[in-house]
Amino acid sequence: MVDDLYQETILDHTKHPRNCHAMADATRSAEGYNPLCGDKLKLFIKMEGDVVKDASFLGSGCAISTASASLMTESLKGKTRDEALKLLEKFHDLLTTDSPVTKDMGKLVVFCGVRDYPARVKCATLAWHTLKTALNGTPETVTTE
Amino acid sequence: MSTVRSEIAAGFDVQKVREDFPVLKQTIHGMPLVYLDSAATAQKPFAVIDAIRKFHEVDCANIHRGVHELSQRSTAAYEETRSKARRFLNARFTNELIFVRGTTEGINLVSSSWGRHNVKTGDEIVISAMEHHSNIVPWQMLCEEQGAKLRVIPMNDRGELILEEYQKLLNPRTRMVAVTHVSNALGTINPVRQIIEMAHQAGALALIDGAQAAPHMKVDVQALDADFYAISGHKVVGPTGIGILYGKTALLNAMPPYQGGGDMIKTVTFEKTTYADLPYKFEAGTPNIAGGIGLGAAFDYLTHLGLDQIAAYEHELLLYGTEALLRIPGLRIIGTAREKAAVLSFVIEGIHPHDIGTVLDRQGIAVRTGHHCAQPVMDWFHVPATTRASLAFYNTTAEIDALTAGLKKVKEIFS
Repeated sequence: MVDDLYQETILDHTKHPRNCHAMADATRSAEGYNPLCGDKLKLFIKMEGDVVKDASFLGSGCAISTASASLMTESLKGKTRDEALKLLEKFHDLLTTDSPVTKDMGKLVVFCGVRDYPARVKCATLAWHTLKTALNGTPETVTTE
Repeated sequence: MSTVRSEIAAGFDVQKVREDFPVLKQTIHGMPLVYLDSAATAQKPFAVIDAIRKFHEVDCANIHRGVHELSQRSTAAYEETRSKARRFLNARFTNELIFVRGTTEGINLVSSSWGRHNVKTGDEIVISAMEHHSNIVPWQMLCEEQGAKLRVIPMNDRGELILEEYQKLLNPRTRMVAVTHVSNALGTINPVRQIIEMAHQAGALALIDGAQAAPHMKVDVQALDADFYAISGHKVVGPTGIGILYGKTALLNAMPPYQGGGDMIKTVTFEKTTYADLPYKFEAGTPNIAGGIGLGAAFDYLTHLGLDQIAAYEHELLLYGTEALLRIPGLRIIGTAREKAAVLSFVIEGIHPHDIGTVLDRQGIAVRTGHHCAQPVMDWFHVPATTRASLAFYNTTAEIDALTAGLKKVKEIFS
């Protein structure tokens, strides 16, 4: 059922996205774009040394991409750059493979329903693709294509 | 007029028509399929499926070459479609109908072949604000290459072209006016006869993108006085990968070939090649023979049903659907032209079209969500995307009821 996709946590983060604001003192930022559905997202990261001190985003998108950005910014805080990139990999696996869901994903496991909706994987990964660009310091807009 | 139209519509036996479309008899996620995406591609009747099958089973051979029986059969069947296309579009001569892959290739053929030889630095091409990308990008490429200027006819809040503004765009430098007959994103039926006449008065040619018009109304290229008219087979219940470009004989004769290869030549030596006459000059290489034969069956099918009957029935569906959707709080229809084909593009406040599409799909309802290859239209209406239910003559009012019930479920989830 469609409720597997739109789990309560996802709906909550869609209706009340966390960290949804610009960040004046961000040390890194990047823009993401999904040409398929027109979703646009700007991500702000504040690094202190190698650690993500703060993360926020702005943008308009579907329920999945908004909730994904919201939950991602929550889960990034306090992680080192390497840990963040590792999490990105795990998140991608969660969405695209049948790999068993591991506990260290935290709240992000709510996105496991997306695997049954291949057309929506790009919605869920937009924020994460943008994160990669921000962390790698490449400035141009990243697209999901 | 409208009474006559509804009387015609009342005589349309949609349940019988649905029997012709095998794809409609299936369930999706446990629910009966409600296919509301015919503007993307129309479903195919048995007549078309059988014609393609018969070609592969019985008549399969290359065309225009062999003296053997199969080649003659396949050539005859393929060329018969050209005659059917002539009747379908009411062209004067059969050699004015060029087989192409679809509307996109038809437009590219004209922008490449005619465009490169007739558009010079400082010239202007006019398109409209509601064009599909396929009637924007080829002209943009031509303008960039030739140093010409692309001008755009604006539209109003309903999604209707503003003809007074169009008149102001026309001038002695205007070479071509390329406009869609029916908008795929909004459903607007443009007054193309008038648009063409105005182009001609300014000394320009006119190309009409007929992809969305041909499945839903009678098209008469002579009455319209169109210089070029392009359609796609798969929108008129035919196969994908085949379409028709109509062009006036004199224009086509003056144009250089589009692609080089076999079938488009008279003689070839290493020093010089002479080209075939119309229409073969524009048809290099082995074409989509099965597609062409399927398209002929599609023309027959629509003609048999009657384009006037189809238009009348679909108009009733449009009225029913418009009323039903407007009863949903927070729903806004994008595209409210007074002359409209059966396209219902809409947004619901606070809910992204992509989510609407997914929830509807799980109820068996197929709609299109996104920018519909018309990003400038989305920008104009300040929406990133819409949900589009596009109706065809095989749809029913019960299916529209399923859509509105589906949208209620969408609102329950996201409210």
